[in-house]
Amino acid sequence: MKTDVLIIGGGIVGCAIAERLAREGIAACLVERDVVGGAATAASMGHLVVLDDDPEELSLSAYSCARWNELAASLPAAAEYRRIGTLWIARTEAELAEAERKRERLVAAGIAAERVSAAQLQVLEPALAATLVGGLRVPADAAIYPPVAAMWLAQRAIDAGARLRCGVAVEAIGDREVLLSDRSRIGARHIVVANGCAAPALLRGVPVRRRKGHLLITTRMQPAVHHQLIELGYMQSAHGTNTESVAFNVQPRATGQLLLGSTRQFDDHASEVTPRLLQRLVARATEYLPGLTQMTALRAWAGFRPATPDHRPLIGPWPSCDGVWLACGHEGLGVTTALGTADLLAAQLLGQELPFDAAPYAPARFAASSEHCHVV
Amino acid sequence: MPELRTEILVIGAGPAGIAAAVSAERAGARALLVDMQAEPGGQIWRGQWARPTLAPARQWLDALRGSPVDARYGLRLVDFAEPGLAVFDTAQGAVRVRCERLVIATGARERQLPFPGWTLPGVFGAGGLQVLVKNGWPVKGRRVVVAGSGPLLLAAAATLRAAGAEIACIAEQRRTRDLARFALSLAPNPGKCLQAAILRTKLAGVPYRRNAWVERADGAGRVESICLRRGARSERIECDALAVGFGLVPNTEIARLLGCALHDGAVVVDEHQHSSVPGVYCAGEICGIGGVDQALVQGEIAGRAAAGAATASFRLNIARSRSAHFARALRDAFVLRDELRNLAGDDTLLCRCENVTFAQVRGCRSQREARLHARLGMGHCQARICGAAGEFLFGWDAEATVRPPLAPSRLSCFTVVRSESTRQESP
Amino acid sequence: MSSEVRLFIDGAEFRVPAGISVAAALRHAGYEATRRAFDASPRAAFCGMGVCFECRVRIDGSERLGCLERVTDDMDIRCDA
Repeated sequence: MKTDVLIIGGGIVGCAIAERLAREGIAACLVERDVVGGAATAASMGHLVVLDDDPEELSLSAYSCARWNELAASLPAAAEYRRIGTLWIARTEAELAEAERKRERLVAAGIAAERVSAAQLQVLEPALAATLVGGLRVPADAAIYPPVAAMWLAQRAIDAGARLRCGVAVEAIGDREVLLSDRSRIGARHIVVANGCAAPALLRGVPVRRRKGHLLITTRMQPAVHHQLIELGYMQSAHGTNTESVAFNVQPRATGQLLLGSTRQFDDHASEVTPRLLQRLVARATEYLPGLTQMTALRAWAGFRPATPDHRPLIGPWPSCDGVWLACGHEGLGVTTALGTADLLAAQLLGQELPFDAAPYAPARFAASSEHCHVV
Repeated sequence: MPELRTEILVIGAGPAGIAAAVSAERAGARALLVDMQAEPGGQIWRGQWARPTLAPARQWLDALRGSPVDARYGLRLVDFAEPGLAVFDTAQGAVRVRCERLVIATGARERQLPFPGWTLPGVFGAGGLQVLVKNGWPVKGRRVVVAGSGPLLLAAAATLRAAGAEIACIAEQRRTRDLARFALSLAPNPGKCLQAAILRTKLAGVPYRRNAWVERADGAGRVESICLRRGARSERIECDALAVGFGLVPNTEIARLLGCALHDGAVVVDEHQHSSVPGVYCAGEICGIGGVDQALVQGEIAGRAAAGAATASFRLNIARSRSAHFARALRDAFVLRDELRNLAGDDTLLCRCENVTFAQVRGCRSQREARLHARLGMGHCQARICGAAGEFLFGWDAEATVRPPLAPSRLSCFTVVRSESTRQESP
Repeated sequence: MSSEVRLFIDGAEFRVPAGISVAAALRHAGYEATRRAFDASPRAAFCGMGVCFECRVRIDGSERLGCLERVTDDMDIRCDA
C-alpha cells in the first residue's frame, strides 16, 4: 500500500496528526515503537490549559483547548474529559498582581477568567491553606486521561483508513523513506517526526532536550478538590532555565484521586523516580493542601518532557531535509496542544489555509543548528 | 520521622529472614529484622510465635527470642529515600532505617487465576485461608473446597480441618501421572516423605480429586457453591468457602526496586546469596520457590555473608543441593494446564482493584498496554495479583518496572530527608 | 492477659478473642463483606497475607489491612476503606 505521510511516534501528537490527515483522505501510516500514548503522553497530567506567557503560546493553547472542547461529546468516558477549570493560586500580593495581569491577557484573547479573593478561594476549595491570598479562576480549562485520548485518536485515524504499526521503531530517515528496526523500509512522500524526546536521535540538530518530571497519584479517598490547582509561580518553574524546580500543581481525577505535580529537571536522564524530587513535590503540595499528609499515595512515576530552548514546539518543515516535517518539542504542553499542532501541520503539509500564524513554531528558527538528514 | 540505624537490615521475618538475622548476629554483626506482619514466622510459621508446634519453628523462633536481634513488626517498605535509607510505613506513621547492607527475604505469594465469581467474599487463596485461620479466622463447622495446584493445597486443607472445617474436597488440577512422579522425586528427601505421610494421615477420608479444577463460584453476596470441572463432567458443590491457589510467585518487588537481576521470576544470587547489586543479599522463596528448608539454609548463608563471615560450610551446601532438587521437582510436577487459561468470561474481572474485565484488555499486547489503556493494575495491589495472572494467561511480562511507593502509603512517608548525604539545596 | 478484647466495628461494640487478626475479628462479628469496590460489589479478605489489599479497612482513622493487624482493646474499625 502506498503511503503519503509516515508519522513517527504514536504519542498524542502523532495520533492527532494521523487522525487529521486520515480524515483528509491522505494515506497515513503511524509508527509507534512501543505502546500508543506510552511515553511522555502516559507520564503527563492531562491538563488542558490555556497558557498566556507569550502570545504564541496563548494562540496555540487557546485554539487547541477550543478544539478539545468541540471533541468532548464524542470522546469515550474512559478519556475522562472534564471541564474542571484552573484555579491559579497566589501566595503573595506580588503573585496576586500577576494574577490580574494574567486575567487581562486571557480576557483580551476571549478567554473567560475571574479574580478570586482569599475568602472566595476558601469557598471554592476548602482544602486549600487559609494563608493563601487569592487567585484567578479560568473555568473553561479541562482535564483528560491522555493515553486513552491518544488511542481514541489513533482508532479514529484507523477508521478513516490510516495504518498503525506498533512494536517497531524507525531507525533512520532516508530520502522519502524510513528504515525500520525489523530491517524493512517504508517509502512516503512526507515524513512527520512526532516522537518527542527521541527526535534528536533521528535528526541531528533538532534542539530537543529531555526535561524530567515526576507525578504522584493518591488513592480515591482524598480531600475534595474541584479545580486544577496551580501556584502562580508555576510559569517561573516551567519557563525558567533552572536545572531543577518544583511547583505546586494538583489535579482532581474523575476517579476521585488527586494527581500531584510537578517537578522539572534538565540533567537527570534516569527513568526511575528520584526520591529527593518526590519528597520536594510532596512538601510543596502540602504547603498548599495541608490535609494531604494524612492521605495515601498510590503510585508515583517519572517521565521526560521534550523541551526546546525557547519553550515553544517545533511544528513545520525541517529546513535541511526535503519532505521531513517536525511536530515535537512540546515540553509540558503536548496533550493540550496536540489538536492545534495537528491542524497547523496538516494545513502546511496540504497547502491549506493556516488556522493561525505558523512562523513562531517554525523549526527554521533553529535552522543554524540543523544539519542534513541521515541517509539510510 | 524516627530514624533507626543498623549494620544489616533484614526485610521479611519468615524462616529465611529469621535465619539471616540470627546468623548475622551470631557472626558478630548488628541486625534489624522487620516484617509487615504483626509477628515473626512469615506465612509458613504463622501462629507459631505464640504457640510453637513445629520443631524447626520452635528452634528458630527461640533462637530469635534469645538473640540480640532488634526485631520490629508492622513495618511495610515504602521506598529508599536515598541509598541505604529505607522508609517504612507503620500504623504509627513513617519510620526510617539507615543500614549498611540489606538482606531481602520477602517470601512468596500465591498465584491466582481469575474465574467467574472469584471476587465473591468467601473465596480465598488456599494458603490465604490457611494463614487467616492461623490468626483466628473462624472455620469451625464450615464446608470448604480446597482447589488449585501444588502441595500447599494439602497443607492448607490439613490446617483448616484441624481448625474444625469440613473439607468438601481437595481438587488438584494436575494429572495423576505427574503427581506420582513428584511423589517418587521425594524419595531422596526423608523429611519431605515424612511430611507427606503426616498430611495423608491428617486428611484421611477427605475426597482428593486429580485432573479437577474450579470453573466458577456462585452466591448472593458470598460464595455458596462452586462448579468443579473434571474431564467432561462438571459438578456443583455447595460450600461456605473456597480456598484456591495455583502455586507460588516470589515477592520480588523490593529486589526489583533496587535493581537486582532476575531470572525466571526469581532473584539471581551467587553462592553467598549475594544479588547483582552490591550489598544486597536475598534469601528464601524470592530466589526461587523451594520451601522452608531451602529458605532456612539460604537465610543462614545470607546472614553470615552479609556479616562478612565464611559461608562455605559443608552442611549448608549439602542442604542447599537437596533443597534445589525439591524445588525443581515441584516446578516440574505442578505445571498449570491450558484449560485454566479459559476460565474467565468477558465480564470476569482480571484486575480486582480497578474492576478491569477480560473484555477490556482484549487486544492488549502487554501488561503495560493494558495498564495505560484499561487501568489494569493501577489500584492498591499494584498488579501483584493480576500481574502473575497475566503472565500465565497471556505470556505478559509481569516483571514490569516497580516504582515507589511499593505499596499504598501515607504521604507523610515522603518527608524531605535532610542528612549529611543530601546535597544542600539553594533556596 | 484477658482472653477477649472489646472493639468497635462501624460504631457497634463487639467482643472477640484476643490475639486474632482484624480480618478474623470482622468475620467473628458476622461480616461477610468488609469493603465495597467502586462498583459497589462486596469484597472481603482474599490473599490473607498483605498482597491483594481487599481486606483494607480504616483502623482508628487510617487505612490498614485487616489481615496484617491484630485486634487491640477499644480499636475503632470502619468498613469504608
